[in-house]
Amino acid sequence: METYFLYLTVIVTIIIFIPFYRVLAGPTLYDRLLAAGSIGTKTTVLILFIGMVFNRLDMFIDITMAYAILNFIGTVAIAKYLNSRGNN
Amino acid sequence: MELAMHIIAGIVIIAGAFFLFAAGLGIIRFPDFYCRAHAQGKADTLGIMLIIFGLVITQGVSINSAKLLIIIGFVALAGPTATNALLGAAFKFRLKPWFKKEHLTGNTNEVTKEEKD
Repeated sequence: METYFLYLTVIVTIIIFIPFYRVLAGPTLYDRLLAAGSIGTKTTVLILFIGMVFNRLDMFIDITMAYAILNFIGTVAIAKYLNSRGNN
Repeated sequence: MELAMHIIAGIVIIAGAFFLFAAGLGIIRFPDFYCRAHAQGKADTLGIMLIIFGLVITQGVSINSAKLLIIIGFVALAGPTATNALLGAAFKFRLKPWFKKEHLTGNTNEVTKEEKD
């Protein structure tokens, strides 16, 4: 079971590097923010897999909840800031 | 019974990883920001929900699976909301959507055919 989740951790890490291209080479600011949010949500899954590898899922679930909430608040706050900037 | 549950959980988790891969591919390959937001807001959220649901199946009935179900509900609400906030900011900034050139200048293919005749 641990080896299975170890392989899944490697696969998800490779998947996380796909939107990183859009963060580096995005034409607009919004593309970069979107890809950064995508990386954040995928990291949620990565932390859960690491918890399954270490057999301490009860501890890592709380970290996952905090990370998901932080990622959501960060994206919405930046979107609100850009929204207020668009008025001028 | 245990083995069957683990096999079902493995299939669900692999399906979720496929949807995460599809979302990443969409973010790279789609032509403009609105299409990319479409890929990220739906495929990404579905993939994460499927993977966490697979973990719920491996945990059985316990406090861990209850917490994981709470995370599923939060992700289902938060992912599309964050994408929608970004889309609203981009639309207010008047980011131009992507069109095929035929839609802007009329159907050019038919015109060239008539000219050839």
